[in-house]
Amino acid sequence: MTKLSRRSLLRTGAAAGVLAASGLPLRAQAKRGGRLRVGLNGANSSDSWDARTHADVFMISAGHGTVFDCLTEVAADGALKGELATDWEASPDAKVWTFNLRQGVTFHNGKSFGADDVIESLQLHVAEGSKSAAGPIVSRITEMKKLGEHQVQFVLGSGNADFPYLLADYHLVIYPAGQIEESLQQGIGTGLYRVASFEPGVRFLGTRVDSHYKDGEAGWFDEVEFIAINDNTARTNALLTGQVDSINRIDRKTEGLLKANPMLRIQEVSGNEHYTFPMLTDVAPFDDVNVRRALKYAVNRQEMVDKILLGHGRIANDSPVGPANQFFAGDLEQLSYDPDKAKFYLKEAGYDSIDLDLSASSAAFDGAVDAAQLYQASARPAGININVVQEPADGYWSNVWIKKPWCASYWGGRATEDWMLSSAYEEGVPWNDSQWDSKDSARFQTLLVEARAELDTVKRREMYTEMQMILRDDGGVIIPMFANFVQALNNKVAAPETVGNYFQMDNCRMTERWWMA
Amino acid sequence: MGTVAKIIAQRLGLGILTLFIVSIVIFTAVNMLPGDFAESILGQGATPEAVAAIRRDLGLDQSPVSRYFDWLGGAVRGDFGSSFAQANFASFTGSDSGSGLTSVAQQIAPRFANTMFLASVAAIIAVPLSLTLGVLAALFRNSVFDRVVNIATLSSISSPEFFLAYVLILVFAVLNPWLPSLSNIYEGMSFPERLEKTLLPALTLTLVVTAHMMRMTRAAIINLLASPYIEMARLKGLSPMRVILRHALPNALAPIVNVVALNLAYLITGVVVVEVVFVYPGIGQLFVDSVKIRDIPVVQACCLIFAAAYILLNLTADILSILSNPRLRHPR
Repeated sequence: MTKLSRRSLLRTGAAAGVLAASGLPLRAQAKRGGRLRVGLNGANSSDSWDARTHADVFMISAGHGTVFDCLTEVAADGALKGELATDWEASPDAKVWTFNLRQGVTFHNGKSFGADDVIESLQLHVAEGSKSAAGPIVSRITEMKKLGEHQVQFVLGSGNADFPYLLADYHLVIYPAGQIEESLQQGIGTGLYRVASFEPGVRFLGTRVDSHYKDGEAGWFDEVEFIAINDNTARTNALLTGQVDSINRIDRKTEGLLKANPMLRIQEVSGNEHYTFPMLTDVAPFDDVNVRRALKYAVNRQEMVDKILLGHGRIANDSPVGPANQFFAGDLEQLSYDPDKAKFYLKEAGYDSIDLDLSASSAAFDGAVDAAQLYQASARPAGININVVQEPADGYWSNVWIKKPWCASYWGGRATEDWMLSSAYEEGVPWNDSQWDSKDSARFQTLLVEARAELDTVKRREMYTEMQMILRDDGGVIIPMFANFVQALNNKVAAPETVGNYFQMDNCRMTERWWMA
Repeated sequence: MGTVAKIIAQRLGLGILTLFIVSIVIFTAVNMLPGDFAESILGQGATPEAVAAIRRDLGLDQSPVSRYFDWLGGAVRGDFGSSFAQANFASFTGSDSGSGLTSVAQQIAPRFANTMFLASVAAIIAVPLSLTLGVLAALFRNSVFDRVVNIATLSSISSPEFFLAYVLILVFAVLNPWLPSLSNIYEGMSFPERLEKTLLPALTLTLVVTAHMMRMTRAAIINLLASPYIEMARLKGLSPMRVILRHALPNALAPIVNVVALNLAYLITGVVVVEVVFVYPGIGQLFVDSVKIRDIPVVQACCLIFAAAYILLNLTADILSILSNPRLRHPR
């Protein structure tokens, strides 16, 4: 139903295209066997199987994508499906959630899976002193009840319609109860592959378990090997020389060369990662909505996509809700570059011309300083004189972001609207980088709280659309573009036509969803 | 012989003093870099509370002087502590820090073993190669062979390492897929496999160090060829090869051994760039990663290892040149 509008899959491989054209369902072509070798960045010698510490693609793929399972899973098309839970039910106020767990599942050490495992694993995130990034999710649960061996009930402090989505978060993997210490050390999960060898920051090798509840749907490889390659050039080399079958995060500048190689193909999906220019709406002159509006019309978004992302992205509408979100309002009228309108709003604010400082650094995103200079050039005709202040990358997030009135920044994006908006646009939260609160739009803050507990999808869509409109018209963050996830594969590996778009590498689930061609 | 023992003792004492100074310099330098571990590990998530919490947990809120002496106190007893990343993850998950943490020594040991393996492979190729080339160049000096060898080695030493590495990758991995471009060795790999993976980085290092050793061998031998006793040997009718190997080379050993030892030290300490290009899991890569996140305990330990390697190999070089030279062995 809403699937198609949510997808904006740009390119899959030529082989996949041919298969799709022949009308055969792709899944039918998937077959067991082989070893997938992937070169990934983001590995560190202090990596471990403790999912509370997972933060980058290497361990996210090895953890929740390969060795462990969560209760729920975001499918490649963005729909939510059960992983260790089979189905769930909410009370009308979205406060009490009952989950039925999958039966007959065993951990890699033979222990059978049940309600205790779920409760103990989730409690890790709110343990004394734990700084787990998923702590805020779990701390919303006021009570966890074991209703049966394979049924758990969660009582939330306040209603949250997205709760099952949040349980798909890669930190919330399920460990065997009573053996969590061993599991954190050795990586004992319920996933499709067991740990054969793991050298932190160097390499991970997983072997397929003999029988698994996902048999026939996922997990086609006999073995999967991750090689830590943090250096961009080395990663590209490894793919070119056939040392690995796939790499993440290819360099936009060398993409053309990779594309010219008939053995390789580029996989590109447009996701929620966005590059931003947040203004502090409680600091003059950004407290004046007309100044913010002038700046919204003074930026040439398409030019930034073309020159900063080299085409690997799409223009955005000053809202962080992106193409990988359920209620993304892609049909809203798009803000466009219009110096006359910018001048008009500047006049409304009482200025003929205005001088503004814009802080930028490569720490914010690749090419942030160049983007700021493009902004400077496009704003000049409107009488807005932007002075680009180049800040050091070290300490940028501590000394510049949310400190200087206007700067460059980025967000990785979140799987649900509420998660994104309540991270950076809810009154009083620490990462609110535009100091956006009810003095700016009381309506927005009310909607944010109401939509969270609303179970009716149609009503939620209306609410989130209205919030996206408010942010577009009055919001304190200029969001010119969404950046694509770009990865590359060689012809030995096949991937489904639909590739996950809320994180790199098919939502870090390439070991489950891809197969040897 | 007593003088040699005295020299060794003297040099070791000076070496320890040097290590101490190096540790102060490194500590100061890392502290002068903008940002600290808390800020770089938190990135965008660096709220003042989170930064303060990590600094408190790791003791980064103490004054640099007291932190240095804390570290020194441990290091003197052979305890290099735990890396900040490890300690932070422990406090991150709420488990009590200290117990069950991987220590810096445990973290570095496998990486150091890998680096030593790479250095040995490179040395096994580079040392005989450059000595042979040096002797041959001296023997056929000013011939076409001599010139070609000189130009080739001098241009390879004049190019940056990463450039040589990429040229080798291009020739031996991309154009002719003979060798792997990725040197991701790991535990449990068979020796031939490990050797194959290590070959390209070892060849890169060989190209970097050969010129120095080869030129020194050539110069030392040519220098001696003008001496009267060599002329005597020639007049006796000995073959040029025998003159060089039996008469010139033993007397040229001191400067050659010296330069070989210096280059061996370089094979250990100069691997940083090569390891990054080839994704070789050695100490150089660990070092780069640690500097990036300002993980001072690991940076300090790596630097001390590098410094110690330099000091020890230099000491060895000096002692060998004394032993090979009777005039130095029995000073008047």
